[in-house]
Amino acid sequence: MPRKKIKLEHSIEYLSILDEKGKPDKDLDPKIDKDTLLRMHRTMLLSRRFDEYQLRWQKQGRIGTFAPAKGQEASQVGSIAAVEDDDWMVPSFRETSVALWRGTPMSGLLLFNAGYNEGGEIPEGQNDLPISIPVASQITEAVGIAYAMKMQKKDRLVVSYFGDGATSEGDFHEALNFAQVFNTPNIFICQNNQWAISVPREQQTESRTLAQKALSYGMPGIQVDGNDPLAVYTATREAAERARKGDGPTLIECVTYRLSVHTTADDPGKYRDEEEEEKWEEWDPIPRFQQYLKDRRILRKKDIDSLEEEIDDEVKSAWDEVEEQIESLGDPLVMFDHLFEERPAYLEEQRQTMKQYREDKNG
Amino acid sequence: MAELTMVQAINLALEQEMEKDDSVHVLGQDVGVDGGVFRVTDGLLKKFGEDRVMDTPLAESAIVGMSVGMAIAGLKPVCELQFSGFSYFAFHQLEGQAARMRWRTRGRYNVPMVCRMPYGGGVRALEHHSESREAYYAHTPGLKMVIPSGPRNARALLVSAMRDPDPVIFFEGKAIYRAFKEEVPDEEETIPLGESQIAREGDDLTIITYGAMTHRTLEAAEKLAEEDGIEAEVIDLLSISPLDDEKLSESVRKTGRVVIVHEAHRSFGPGAEIIARINEKSFYYLEAPIQRVTGYDVITPYFAREQDYIPDVARIVTGARQAMAD
Repeated sequence: MPRKKIKLEHSIEYLSILDEKGKPDKDLDPKIDKDTLLRMHRTMLLSRRFDEYQLRWQKQGRIGTFAPAKGQEASQVGSIAAVEDDDWMVPSFRETSVALWRGTPMSGLLLFNAGYNEGGEIPEGQNDLPISIPVASQITEAVGIAYAMKMQKKDRLVVSYFGDGATSEGDFHEALNFAQVFNTPNIFICQNNQWAISVPREQQTESRTLAQKALSYGMPGIQVDGNDPLAVYTATREAAERARKGDGPTLIECVTYRLSVHTTADDPGKYRDEEEEEKWEEWDPIPRFQQYLKDRRILRKKDIDSLEEEIDDEVKSAWDEVEEQIESLGDPLVMFDHLFEERPAYLEEQRQTMKQYREDKNG
Repeated sequence: MAELTMVQAINLALEQEMEKDDSVHVLGQDVGVDGGVFRVTDGLLKKFGEDRVMDTPLAESAIVGMSVGMAIAGLKPVCELQFSGFSYFAFHQLEGQAARMRWRTRGRYNVPMVCRMPYGGGVRALEHHSESREAYYAHTPGLKMVIPSGPRNARALLVSAMRDPDPVIFFEGKAIYRAFKEEVPDEEETIPLGESQIAREGDDLTIITYGAMTHRTLEAAEKLAEEDGIEAEVIDLLSISPLDDEKLSESVRKTGRVVIVHEAHRSFGPGAEIIARINEKSFYYLEAPIQRVTGYDVITPYFAREQDYIPDVARIVTGARQAMAD
């Protein structure tokens, strides 16, 4: 029998619960409690408005380059809301909504975007990794943390985030392979936002879905409507249950869209047309979710209006806070801190040189 | 006290530390059942089980990346990369994550991991198996770079590295893995990272070296004593970063003449930095230009010609005579 077929069962589940207008499939509705739903909505809206303010502040030169999360709020909030507060979270660089859900202060995010690494400080008790800029590099760390949780017999899992472009990186494949081989409690959230800067999803890979990449590692993969917070929540919840039972990792592809720029250094007008953007605007996760909440009588129009006002004040006062902080952060000598637990002599020498130079310069 | 090769001494360090501290995990390709391609981790799987001695899939980047995550979350991983020539697959994990995590998070997370890898030529191996590129790691802020020169200091340095709260790159000279044995005490020994040792005392000349080259250098020093009556002080660096500036200064100020010997390529190699440090601290004590005896700036040649690339005793002696002549 020199030639025969090896039969492989291949199929990928697709999950969507809300329709375009925000009407749920009643059987699939995860029936999230009211407080959680409201918190999810608030975080999504806050993230959106925060992005808008930051875009303005970036143009005014108050902050530097950053990556807006606009359009991806449901993928981010839907997934992080489905795990526990003491689970680990490993972001890439666009997870503003996740950070806000986890309790990272806006002032910290702003300070980071204003070029101060004090802003990258992770509040004590929050098991988050800092943002990781090289695409896909953080996914292997997520596997290591999950392995440590397993070894320490802690009932904690690790949610990690990356985009469609990351699925072309070696680290993505290595990480998924390791996670399955070592059966670690990982949830891999791929936010397929259709564009890796200027390269469209179809050009990133010929694979029909990104979720199916899990199958080659023997891992479950699922594709969900990433602009539907209920679908993302449901898939993540199921993945979390599996992980906590010791059944290993899951890849979740959230099909979403980057409604804004890649980063503020980018001009999407050069590579994609407005028609496409307009089409996706109709699937904007925020109005869809709001409609669902209104239909369930959890949220009224006037609640949204007062929430908008509240958020506006909150974002503005975060900037005031940051301005104050920046005034006290003039000392560049902090760049010599935290390289090692103890500062070696050669570094202390360089630090003293800088200190002396600054003293001489400033008279 | 037992007579051990460097392979056995490193194994002893791992075994004793794993016994003492159950957060220490060993991971890498073939480190379990096979005991590592050089048998450095032999016997550990049997003793500590597959949770702590992990045969990983073949992927350097994930071996290092996973180690970084383990270290962040409270374990102490000691990962092995099969040859330093393959470590470039993992370079971005070492440079971009391991080295930066403490700094990036302002001390919230540290990465207490050791990344072991064999380096250097002299064992008639294939391409990519014989390089000495410690400069990459020594150049990277946030990493420590350690290279032992024999069984006893390898064991002591590895214990220190495993207890260090920050990432340590640990190079093991293939040429000296089994070349000789040394008495290694059963009881624990450590050498602080960043501290060099005087391998031979002398007043006429300072020869600075490390790793496998230490032995050829010591041989050269004996030859110089016999044939020229020159007593060379040989400093075995042990740590490339941090460099032991203090001991270097002391010796240079005593002798005024310096030779640096390394297997690494010449340009931008460790020798260049050592010369710069000596210039900054002890320039006026120098009586002659500092000589470098190093690998050349060529791809490390295939093994038929590798001994012409690696500094040998004669080249070291010539360098020393040059340093004495001016």
